[in-house]
Amino acid sequence: MSFLKIKNLSVDYQMRKETVYAAKNVNIEVNKGEILGLVGESGSGKSTVGNAIINLIDEPGKVSSGSVLLGDLNIHEDPKNIVKYRGKKVGLIFQDPQTSLNPILTIGEQLIETIQTHLELTKEEAKERSINLLNEVGIKDASSRFDNYPHQFSGGMRQRVVISLALCCEPELLIADEPTTALDVSIQSQILDLIKKLTKERNLAVILITHDMGVIAETANRVAVMKNGNVVEIGITKEILTNPKEAYTKSLVSSVPPTNKKISRFIIIEKENNDKKNNNLKILNRWTKKEIIKQDLVQVKNLSKSFDDNFFTENSKNSVMAVNKVSFEIKEGESFGLVGESGSGKSTIAKMIVNLFKPSAGSIFFDNVCITKIKQNSEMMKFRKQIQMIFQDPYSSLNGRLKVRDIVSEPIKLHNPSISNNDLNAYISDLIESVELTQKSADRYPHEFSGGQRQRISIARALATQPRLLVCDEPTSALDVSIQAQILNLLKDLQEQLNLTILFISHDLPVVRQMCDRIGVLKDGQLCEVSNTEDLFLKPKHHYTKELLHLMPKIESIYN
Amino acid sequence: MDNNTLTTWSRIKDSDIYFSYKKSPTAIISSLILLIIFFCSFFVELITPYNPFDPSSLSLMEAFTPPSWTDDGLSKFILGTDGQGRDMLSTILYGSRISLIVGFSAIIFSLILGVGLGLTAGYFGGKYEMFVMRLTDVQLTVPSILMALLVDGIARGLISREMHDEMAIYVLIFAIGISEWPQFARVSRAATLVEKNKDYVSASTIIGVSNLVIMFKHILPNILRPILVIGTIGLALAIIAESTLSFLGVGVPPTTPSLGTLIRLGNDFLFSGEWWITFFPAIFLVILAFSINLLGDWMRDTLNPKLNK
Repeated sequence: MSFLKIKNLSVDYQMRKETVYAAKNVNIEVNKGEILGLVGESGSGKSTVGNAIINLIDEPGKVSSGSVLLGDLNIHEDPKNIVKYRGKKVGLIFQDPQTSLNPILTIGEQLIETIQTHLELTKEEAKERSINLLNEVGIKDASSRFDNYPHQFSGGMRQRVVISLALCCEPELLIADEPTTALDVSIQSQILDLIKKLTKERNLAVILITHDMGVIAETANRVAVMKNGNVVEIGITKEILTNPKEAYTKSLVSSVPPTNKKISRFIIIEKENNDKKNNNLKILNRWTKKEIIKQDLVQVKNLSKSFDDNFFTENSKNSVMAVNKVSFEIKEGESFGLVGESGSGKSTIAKMIVNLFKPSAGSIFFDNVCITKIKQNSEMMKFRKQIQMIFQDPYSSLNGRLKVRDIVSEPIKLHNPSISNNDLNAYISDLIESVELTQKSADRYPHEFSGGQRQRISIARALATQPRLLVCDEPTSALDVSIQAQILNLLKDLQEQLNLTILFISHDLPVVRQMCDRIGVLKDGQLCEVSNTEDLFLKPKHHYTKELLHLMPKIESIYN
Repeated sequence: MDNNTLTTWSRIKDSDIYFSYKKSPTAIISSLILLIIFFCSFFVELITPYNPFDPSSLSLMEAFTPPSWTDDGLSKFILGTDGQGRDMLSTILYGSRISLIVGFSAIIFSLILGVGLGLTAGYFGGKYEMFVMRLTDVQLTVPSILMALLVDGIARGLISREMHDEMAIYVLIFAIGISEWPQFARVSRAATLVEKNKDYVSASTIIGVSNLVIMFKHILPNILRPILVIGTIGLALAIIAESTLSFLGVGVPPTTPSLGTLIRLGNDFLFSGEWWITFFPAIFLVILAFSINLLGDWMRDTLNPKLNK
């Protein structure tokens, strides 16, 4: 007899123009002592199911049919049941530890408040219980940190506090909604280990909602794959990942970048005929052919950047070294990867190379010219044309008030003011074709596109100036895996045909392995190691690289 | 409003703004009232039989006629007449035209000044931003009516007596405009700070787009929403400020009365029983300002995605 039973659950959102079915006839059962992974892309309804269990569906959404049975209690039958069970029998862990704790209360106050809401304990008893819990989730010196405020903890520690809050009333069901998405890999593995340990020790039923197949492979006993509100496939994790039956699961698994080998292209199953390699791009006619000379296009020498948070005294002690004496070079036509956790300074380096920031010290040479010392605007324009960038967030990188045509034409007109209207239109349509969008896209506004399509528009805009260097700052981390695979394929194709040099920045090691020829590993603003991709993954030299490789969630771990 | 929705009528009909407009009786009623007021004020010559500014139409015989529904009322003067026999309704409509012109001009003047300074301050930052923002702080410590009185006083000193009546309306626009810009500067600076850190601005910088183009082509359309909201509420404030100044006697001259001037003129007769001379302009002003404020409130609720959730 399973502990949690979701029967035929449907959740509707009655919108102005249509009804959105966020979940359709979902049937899921979870046993005690088991972790069920709920996996799917954004909008697949995985969080909706999680929220429906504790009746946290926001207006205008409502549970239109089905039932949720916890033990033998029907949660949706009586609103009072939910109040009784929420927090007490069911614990919740949210995605972002920065916002799921109240910043003006100490963690002790928050724990005691939660405990006293549900259990009849005195303040002292509640305190004792809280300290034990904090110890259990691995917070050192729990009794002295009891009176600290959330901002005094790091992200990973905060997520531990959130877990202790979820556990404080001895719940039997734990719902973890993307518990590690906001965390770095090293902390991610600690949190996942903690969840696994607690599941065993406390005999919990756990629903782990995530988009990350690696996380699923390493933690979940069983997995349910969701798409458009439906559960496509459910079963033992190993079977689903190694031998998926449904086409959607197959495409999802094949889109995940493998961590143990380099593949030339991702296999895309779902999209028919659209993903043929485009071998004769029309924009090639406009591209000034460059001979492939394997010499350094970019040289970064002793680059440093410090940020002062003090307005009145420059160069004060408070300055933070975001980048500290970093040197590397990128050869013409290669893909160079920069890997590091958040705060390692990788984006800062990218912004200095594209000249958004001025370095505090050191220099950047592009094509043997020191671009950090250029003062004149006209001189700078020559380099602006050759260095372009693709950003992480496709929602903020396009101006929502301009049509795609205007977005793409801006760089063309700026660098070639005498271009005729016909020529401009032809160029725009070539660019749009090269990023595999339909010609109609040109007259639409960005909000009419999905994240992946917006990223394609970004790429088209970056290509408009015919750059030699393309800086990609986490270009796929905001995207779903299947979209990520398409964008990565596109970037590879474009690079091959246009002989682009790519600086690829990511926190995601498997992605970097697929994309890059050489990789530099960054930690706290310093470069630990630079080597060829295969060498780095097979024979890491620096201990930090070894640690990173060891900790990254591997979808292949399921085979062992 | 939303650039997208203004392109075609069907886009407007499809937009969320139109949808929420249809669902809000407050917005519909207040915008209808405003439309009627605007129409009547600007086409006042076509709809009123009297021109109160034409001395030949004055008839002291008919002075102090009470509203038509009272015992002594005359049906040709619906809201009665003032001390010089001018029809109240016509006078109010003529007056509200002046009030609206002054209000709109003042708000446009302070929008240009405030948004210009706020946008550049937020975009460039540094010492320039410090200077502009401290300037707004200083000005915010001076009540805006005092500021306007000060400007008016200086203008009186500079402009000769004959010129003064002619120039009065421009002085008034300048005085109100100069006293309202700090809030626009603050809001547009804050919005600019948010927008300039978005990637589309970085992308334009990397492409090589000049600062001026980035500010006005890219950032400005994206910060228009909050500015539009406070601009609408500012319009009500400007109209009230105009009336206050005219009431105090430093606004438009009595020869071309605005709503404030009418209230002041009528105020003298309030205690002798001729209440309608001050009451109707006052109530008209209240309805006008109230409608604008309600519309502004609705706009704030609709255009602010945070409140929408």
